[in-house]
Amino acid sequence: MVGIDEQDPAVRPKGPVPPRRRTQRVPAPLLLPAGAGLAFLVLPLAGLVYRAPWTSLPRRLTEPEVLTALRLSLQAATIATGVCLALGVPLAWLLARVDFPGRRIVRALVTVPLVLPPVVGGIALLLVFGRRGIIGTWLDSTFGITLPFTTTGVIVAEAFVAMPFLVIAVEGALRGADTRYEEAAATLGAGRWTTFTHVTLPLVAPGIAAGAVLGWARALGEFGATITFAGNFPGRTQTMPLAVYLALETDLQAAIVLSLILLTVSVTILAALRDKWLTAP
Amino acid sequence: MTRYGIRAALAGLAAVLVVGAAGCGDGDSDTGSGAATTGGARSAAVSGTVTVFAAASLTESFTQIGKDFEAANPGTKVTFNFAGSSALANQINQGAPADVFASAAPANMKTVTDAGNGEGTPATFVRNQLVIAVPKGNPKGITGLTDLTKPDVKVALCAEQVPCGAAAKRALAAANVTVTPVTLEQDVKAALSKVTLGEVDAALVYRTDVRAAASDVDGVEFPESSSAVNDYPIIVLKNAPNKAGAQAFLNWVLSDKGRNVLTQAGFQAP
Repeated sequence: MVGIDEQDPAVRPKGPVPPRRRTQRVPAPLLLPAGAGLAFLVLPLAGLVYRAPWTSLPRRLTEPEVLTALRLSLQAATIATGVCLALGVPLAWLLARVDFPGRRIVRALVTVPLVLPPVVGGIALLLVFGRRGIIGTWLDSTFGITLPFTTTGVIVAEAFVAMPFLVIAVEGALRGADTRYEEAAATLGAGRWTTFTHVTLPLVAPGIAAGAVLGWARALGEFGATITFAGNFPGRTQTMPLAVYLALETDLQAAIVLSLILLTVSVTILAALRDKWLTAP
Repeated sequence: MTRYGIRAALAGLAAVLVVGAAGCGDGDSDTGSGAATTGGARSAAVSGTVTVFAAASLTESFTQIGKDFEAANPGTKVTFNFAGSSALANQINQGAPADVFASAAPANMKTVTDAGNGEGTPATFVRNQLVIAVPKGNPKGITGLTDLTKPDVKVALCAEQVPCGAAAKRALAAANVTVTPVTLEQDVKAALSKVTLGEVDAALVYRTDVRAAASDVDGVEFPESSSAVNDYPIIVLKNAPNKAGAQAFLNWVLSDKGRNVLTQAGFQAP
């Protein structure tokens, strides 16, 4: 996937970088669909901004329901990302570095939640972690823990949906990383754990960061699995997307405001991620 | 050298996004109505697709009525969009191509008629009453609304925006009972499913919902439900793509044939 090409700084000849030559004419068969594609992606968002009730915005933004949903969303998405990192990075390492039988099947299984409609994920979670679920029954009888309708349930649903994004991103980074450093560390006597923490992790840190941000954004926008598995109750399980959905039924303006907040958060994250790429060492 | 890492990660992400996008398609129902509106309202033969937006609690009975209607009017096809009445009202006001709207409460119908999207005045075709849905066998021994306040009883209610939630609020107020639900569901069927799955111990749903799910749940009647009876209004929509079909379907619902199906499902006559 990743090869060394002439754009790579490692092999680029020293001296001033020649300005990249721009093609004079962009062929219309490419330009037209490209423009249409851009408009298709940007117009709905522009519509959201255009229809926003700007005059009443400050008042609406400070409504306690909005702040409650926003706080819950940010907290849940952040903790879910932490869970994804703690479990997903080792899983990605296993997939990238250890050759074990059935690795391809494991990788396929890891990506299933990506293609699964989130609602189906929610039902699946209910059947396992619900009060009558395979693990849920045991959790309830042994520890008195029930996950549905709790904030923990929201985190579980979000982590389930977001983890594959992180695993795939980190695995890709690991596969692309130069293994010679790890080999060098090993020849110098470092164990596999030391190599992992002192060489591998710093090497793929930007990949992990990119995966974490993407997973976080996915968790923040999670709707289907959350409403199915964790239900909807303000302050406990009603995250921003759920609040948007329910607000839409009665108050379009409120739904637009909530959407606008989510859009702002997403764009901010994207911008931050972009800076990360550009300033990466 | 971390460049490799980033770029590989991006390649992976690109693949992920492509796959993700493929799964993103929202299953929007196809409402392409075949026939143009037949000019005369009294036209005997109707044809084409009739798109009916109906409250979630009408799922079973309207599906049956739709089949009966199709059988009696060859060449017609009835497609349904069942959801919470508030969501449906909003979709209609946002320009969804619907022919008929059947709401579980006058308030949500008013949202549509106030926006000028109804044709004529809505007709009330049935009434429905709340019961307490409990898992089969009633393991928590629930006998009335006050039992729902017990700390070990998990309760699902409908969100206040949807008719069953509004009715539940009225019933609880009439009984002077304060219930702290674990979840506020977006329509009555979602609340019922939480009971069916065993995730909650009770939910306030319509009598008709309990009857439709009789193999999984039991219904507990309570006296205060009489102060929270919902009238169900139905109307032909102003921008109906198939107005003749819409009127014919509405007439069928109000006819004896339609009413029989509805009363058998547990609805009361208006």
